[in-house]
Formats: sequence, structure tokens, C-alpha cells
Amino acid sequence: MNPSPKDALQGLDAPVATIPVPRGPVPQAPLRPEPHWIEITIDGERLTVPEGSTILDATRKLGIDTPTLCFLESLTPVNACRVCVVELEGSRTLVPACSRKVEPHMSIKTDSERVRLSRRLVLEFLASSVDLSTAPAVQAYMKRYNADPERFGTTRATVAQPAKVDNDLYVRDYSKCVLCYKCVEACGVDAQNTFAIAVAGRGFPAHISTEFDVSLPESACVYCGNCIGVCPTGALMFKSEYDMRQAGTWDESRQTKTDTICPYCGVGCDLTVQQQDGQIVRVTSPLDHSVTRGNLCIKGRFGWQFVQIQPAGK
Amino acid sequence: MDLHLTGAQATAEERAAADAELGTTQSGSQVCRQQIADPRVTCEATANGTRHLLLPVLHAVQKRMGWISPGALNYIASRLDVAPAEVYGVASFYGMLSLEPRPAIVVHVCDDIACVIRGVDKLCAVLESTLGAAGSPCAGGRAIWQRSQCLGLCERAPAVLVASAGADPRERVLAPASAEEVQSLVQDALQQRLPHEPDALDVRKSVPQSSRSSESFPLRLLHRIAQGGAPTVEAYQRLGGYSGLRKALELGAEETLRELSDSKLLGRGGAAFPAATKWEALFRQRSRLQKERSRRHYVICNADESEPGTFKDRILMEGDPFAVLEGLTIGAFVTGARQGYIYLRGEYPLAAERMQRAIESATQNGFLGDNILGSGLHFTVEIRRGAGAYICGEETALFNSIEGYRGEPRNKPPFPTQSGLFRQPTAVNNVETLVNIPGIILEGGAAYATLGTTHSAGTRIFCLSGHVARPGIYEVAMGTTLHQLIDLAGGVAGNGKLQAVLLGGAAGTFVGPRELDHPLTFENTRAIGASLGSGVVMLFDETVDLRRILLRIASFFRHETCGQCVPCRVGVVRQEEALQRLVDKQPLGSAALEITRLREISQAMRDASICGLGQTASSALESAMRRWSLFA
Repeated sequence: MNPSPKDALQGLDAPVATIPVPRGPVPQAPLRPEPHWIEITIDGERLTVPEGSTILDATRKLGIDTPTLCFLESLTPVNACRVCVVELEGSRTLVPACSRKVEPHMSIKTDSERVRLSRRLVLEFLASSVDLSTAPAVQAYMKRYNADPERFGTTRATVAQPAKVDNDLYVRDYSKCVLCYKCVEACGVDAQNTFAIAVAGRGFPAHISTEFDVSLPESACVYCGNCIGVCPTGALMFKSEYDMRQAGTWDESRQTKTDTICPYCGVGCDLTVQQQDGQIVRVTSPLDHSVTRGNLCIKGRFGWQFVQIQPAGK
Repeated sequence: MDLHLTGAQATAEERAAADAELGTTQSGSQVCRQQIADPRVTCEATANGTRHLLLPVLHAVQKRMGWISPGALNYIASRLDVAPAEVYGVASFYGMLSLEPRPAIVVHVCDDIACVIRGVDKLCAVLESTLGAAGSPCAGGRAIWQRSQCLGLCERAPAVLVASAGADPRERVLAPASAEEVQSLVQDALQQRLPHEPDALDVRKSVPQSSRSSESFPLRLLHRIAQGGAPTVEAYQRLGGYSGLRKALELGAEETLRELSDSKLLGRGGAAFPAATKWEALFRQRSRLQKERSRRHYVICNADESEPGTFKDRILMEGDPFAVLEGLTIGAFVTGARQGYIYLRGEYPLAAERMQRAIESATQNGFLGDNILGSGLHFTVEIRRGAGAYICGEETALFNSIEGYRGEPRNKPPFPTQSGLFRQPTAVNNVETLVNIPGIILEGGAAYATLGTTHSAGTRIFCLSGHVARPGIYEVAMGTTLHQLIDLAGGVAGNGKLQAVLLGGAAGTFVGPRELDHPLTFENTRAIGASLGSGVVMLFDETVDLRRILLRIASFFRHETCGQCVPCRVGVVRQEEALQRLVDKQPLGSAALEITRLREISQAMRDASICGLGQTASSALESAMRRWSLFA
């Protein structure tokens, strides 16, 4: 006969421990104070937004599509690309929508002649120096602002250079890098705290680099791939995707995305698994997921080969 | 922090150089112990970590070894607990630091605009034939010469700076420089015979007003320098020094601030911001700041004078260093800051030495440190040397540089008086601004405001260079005309026929010979679309090819942009490329098309760049194109 757990405990001399159960109503978190609302005007339209919002938040509330490159909801704004600039009444220069906080009575123009010129020039500057072939979003902006990078001639300086292929997991092609700082932020304090890469050099030759440009295997890199997750131009790319693009077999029309949960540990990260022809080609995590905020670790992002191993004899 | 380092090890010498700068303890996580071992790491360092020692330690290794090796970089990373990639990112930002082996002796030959006018081309040609091409090692691999941006010695152009790394590092300035002198200096350096003193201030040459004893206009800012300078605290006091501080201590902070406010003093660094406003912003926060656990807010002297054609701050620091300290100490008294910094340009060895000596002597004599003049005021000052980056003169870039980050400007707002150095309220003032302050407090703000014009109070130091008979710095009342100023400096040199004047430096504007009767005031120059900037007045006679000057300015900005924001990083490159095509008479499409392109580039840089560098990088070019048809 198997004794019940209770019987088993009774066999011991120790007193039975009771776990205190709280009685009464469930305690509530203190209410947040109501935000202060600030009234501003955008393109002639008045609106109120909570204090602490950025101009970008406000334009989005109105459904205005403000172009962004270096901005990402999960990262600290560096406002380096300047493609989101808007005209603020009373300001000598244009201001970056992504980081400028709203102030009472601001009057903003998002599509004035000045704004359009600066946005067009920024896009022309980028497209004339960087390979944007794997950055469809930027190409769409360029169409919208009639950007013509070719007008700077054929002898112009560019950041063209060979891709860095120094490991099996991902490729760094800095000829596609717009220096948005996102990968540095993701590798650093905004996500991973690994600090394997930083911006090095100064001016036009400034670039993302490990110390003394050592290869990734020699660096502090832990291959979380969070830098790939935030790269807006495909400068950082899964090796699987890079190889398929090189071979001409990458075809997004034949790909599907499946949301699932990472099987490795108990955190329960959301994965979006992208497959083509029955092979996993890329793994990401949704940016708005409360646990990951788009970040994963090496296992979740790259450790899916076991899914594709065919059992022997089949 | 869990650092991952490559296998590269520092040599004993490299470790010694870093340790000499940092003390002997092992890592940032042991700051508390370090604090006991090294008085330099005070509670300041505890509150702000140790990363702010990064640039000083990089300097130390560079000076000892001539470059920063992977092993040295690893050692610095582990000592300061900063990731090696970040140390590399910071080190590679600065022009004076080398991350590849470089000969111990480096000869910097200034080929910027003032030196071009004064014959640097010939000097370079001779050096090429004797020492070899610029940038390639000579003297058996032990020396190298290279072209450099403006060294701030324009009154004695052409200028050369020789730096010799080693156990006994030396720096030596040569200006004006001849090829023979450069070569003999290289020989001296090879035999480790470079003199201790990096330079000598020749007041008669650099401050021509000193020789005119019957001056109708009394010198307010330059009077001590005109009398031979005040290198010691005794000399300084004998010539009236520290009476401004005494008066301020009597008046109290609020009254002192009122005097400054009444004086209507505008900042002399280039932006012409009301000086009292900055101090007032900190003064208003005083009670809050004092309640907080550690009163961490700062006053900073911006001595990173790097605008081509500007050299006034250098001469002020070399000749009257205590005046800078007195101004800064009054700032500490008003704002309640206990710590000040002087961010001093890396290419100014004599100014750095004089300022350092002045700090030590002021501390010994009770003008700095605890209980200043028995008033209970506590204030210490530390010099931080730049390392060859023009952008670090931008105040928020300057904060990042001191903190041990790349000298990239921050977006404003928040403004420095809200969130500056170490994210604490900070007031930044230019050297000349600070030198103005003791006199203002002493004589009263209202009296000062009667000098100059209604909207531009006081006197101003102008830096005259180029085709002028007596180059140097001149102090005149605001409102003096360009004509009068040029006359004061002995008139136009060269062929005697003035073609153009550059006001305000590379970020300034050109004016023509018909615009000399405009009074030099902030309001007037603004009205004619120019700016006084940092006080540059550079003359060009009719033989100068202005297109070449414009190209040199464009190349300056291409070299000095930090690269953070797109409009500036790429804009300055596209600007230089277009200008080069125009000069070569090979425009894309037509010259008119190129000019339209340049105007658009300029507008985008002015409108969309983060900081003043990009916003003014096309200012000189635009002003020249407005006045002359250079590319017809």
C-alpha cells in the first residue's frame, strides 16, 4: 500500500508547515497619476498628447508617416540619421521628431519645403555613399522624396568594401551600413551589455568595429544576433540569408513566417521562424513582445539546426 | 564588468605609462581602494566611475610609446573596466592618438589657410625633398612629418609642432618655421635634445599693442600681457589680479551675478550667448543642488580653441593664466560648483604648462582648494587636454570627451545648464569670456556696459592674421570698424591691395574691401550676414586664389566632422567634391548646376545637422559665392 503524502509526513516528528494565505481583497498597485496633456499643432491640426511624448509619437497619432532610420521603439534615440526632421516654429534649425519631446504650444510642419529638402538630401547623401539594395524601406522613402543620388557623380566617395565573413552565424557587410548606431546600442546598454562593437574612427570614415577590427570570434561577441535584429539595411545578416542571396535562391515570396515559443529555457521567448522550401532561413522575435522586446540569445536565434536533421533511414 | 580581451599583452613600459597616470590599483571595481591609494581619484571619481580617466591615460601611453598597441589598449580596458571595443572607438576618434606603430618623433606642419598665405607650400616642398613625402617615415624610421590643421599660431605663420614620444616626452613649437630649422629640430629630437620649454611667448610679436605705450585706449583684457605677462601669482596680484575675486566674495553670489548681468557680457567663444544667463541658471538651482547628497555641478572653461585663424585664448593662457582661473573661481562662487575643468586644446603645450603651473601655485597660495581666501569657498580645477578634434570645442562634445566617450555632440535640449557634464548642470565659458569677468566685478557691470555699443558691450580681442602688416591679437572696443582695426595692425600687407577678409574663421564669413566701414558688433555683422565668431580677422591680398582657400576650408570640415549625423558626415564630403570639380573646371553638368547643388547641400547641413559644425560648414563658401563670381 502506498502511503499518501500526508501520511508520510505524519510519520515524521516535524510539525506540519502551513503556508500563510493572504485574506481580504487583492492589493492594488497604486494608480499612476493622470498624465499632463499638452496641446500642440501639427500641419495646422491641433491635438493633445501626454507630456513626455515625442513629436514622432504625436505625428503617428495623426497618422502621418514620418520616415525613420536610426529610430527603434526598443532603443534609446540617437537622432543621428536626421531623416525624421520637422520644422518647428521659432527654431532656427529643423528638429528631430524621434527624440524631441513635445512642449506646450509647439507648432510643427512635417511636410514643408524645408523639411522635404532636408529629407531628400539626407536620403541622397546615404544612397550616394551606401549600398541600399537590401533596404526596401529606404528605397520607398527615396521614391517619396524624389531622391536622386546619382547627381553626385561617379567619382564620389563611398563606403564600399568587402563583406566580413568570419563566422558561421552572421555576416557583416559594412558597405551597406548607414551608421545608425542601432547595433552598437543593442550590443551595449540597450539590450545585451556585451560591448563587442563600437563606432570607431571619425567623420566619413567612421565605422562600426571591434577593437583593432579583430574578427568576431576573437571579440567579445556572444552571437546573440540582436544587432541583426535591429539593422535597418541588411548590413548585418544571417549567414543563411547571405549565402542564399549570393546563390540567387533567396525568395521572400516563397517564405512563410510562423510564431512559436523558444524550446530551450523557461523564459519563453516568442520566436518568429521564417522558412523557405522547408528550411528555416531566419529567426526573429517580435519587437513588441513583452519578454524579448525583439531580443534573443544565440540558442533561440541560431540553434534550430536540430529541427532540420532528418532521422536516419528516412 | 566581465571583459573579454584578446591575447595581446601590454609591455612593462606600456603598463608603467598607464599606471603612472592611474595609480597602482587594478580595476574600476576597486575604486574604493584606489581612492585610498591615489588621491587623484577622489569621491568625484567614485560618483562618476573611472571612465573619465580614459583620455588622460590614452594620452599618457601615446606620449610614452608613440602609439597605442593592442596590448596597451587591453591593459587600459582592464584598468578602467571599459570594453576594449569602446576604448578603441574613443582612441580612434582623436587625431593625435595613433593605433598603429608610428615613429616616436612626429612633426606637424600646419597647412591651414593662414599658413598657406605665409608660404607653407614652399616649406612643405623643401621638406618633401629633404625628409621625404608627408606621412611616410624618415630619419631611419624614427621620425615622420605630416600636414596638420590650424595649430593656432597664425600670428607667426607658418607653424610647426614637433612631438617626441618616450620616457621623457617633449613638445616643441616652431613659428615662424623655416625648412632648415625644422630639420635641425628633427635632429635635436633624434638626439633627445628638444628643449624643456615647448615655446616662448614673445609679447611684442603676438600682442603688438604692447609696444604702443601712449595708447589712447586702455587695455582691459591684455594690460597684464602687454606689461610682459603675469606668469606667477605674485606678478598677477601686483598687476591687480585677484581683486575681482575678493570683491565678489564681499558682494556675495547674488550681487556678483547682478553685476555680470548688468554688464551685458556676451560669450566670446563664437556663439555670443549672454554669459550671465548660464551662471544664473545654475544659481537658481543652487538650493536644490546643495540639498542633494553631493553637490555635483560644474563650471568649465572651454579652452579648446581650434577654429582656424583663432589664437587669442592661447595667448591669454600663456600670458595671463591666473586671470582665467580667477574668472572660473568667481563662476564657482556664483554657481556653487566645487569642481571645475579646463578643457585645453591638445596642440597648445605651452598654454597647458602655464595653466598647470598656475593651478598649482593658486592652490598653494589659497586661491584654489579649501577655504579660498578664508571665505569657506571650496573649488578645485583640473585640466583636461584635447587630443586633436575640433569638434570637442562644441560644449556637449566636450562633455563626452571629458567623460571618456567619443567627442560627439549631444542633441539639445536638454541644455548644459540642465544636463551637462556627467549629466549634471554645467556652465561652460570661453577663456576670453572668463578673463573679462574679474574686471567687470571690480568696476561694476554698469560701467562695463557703457563700453562698446548698446547691444555689444565691452571690448573684444581680435586675431589678425594673413596679409596684415602686424599680425597678432588686438583688443578694441566693440563697434570699432574693420578699417580701424586693420589700420591699428599696420594695414594690408602682401601686395597692399585687399581682396577679402575672413571674419570668424572657417565657420565664419568672407567680406569684401567695400565692407570695411561696418562697425564690428554682434548686431551689425549679423545684419550684413556675417558673424564675429571667435574673433578671426584674416586678410587676403589680391594675389590669393580664394578658390584654393575655400577648398582648404572644405577639406578642414571634411577632416573634422565627427561623423555622427548624416547631413554633416556626408554633406561635407559632397561639398568638397563639388567644390573641387568647380575649381578644376570640370563641373557635373554645368557650373550653375554645381552651384545649385552646393546651395542645397548647404541648406540641408544648416537645417538638419545636430550641432554648429555642420550648421556652419558651408558658411564661408556661401558668403564667398554671394559676394564674388568665383566659378564663372
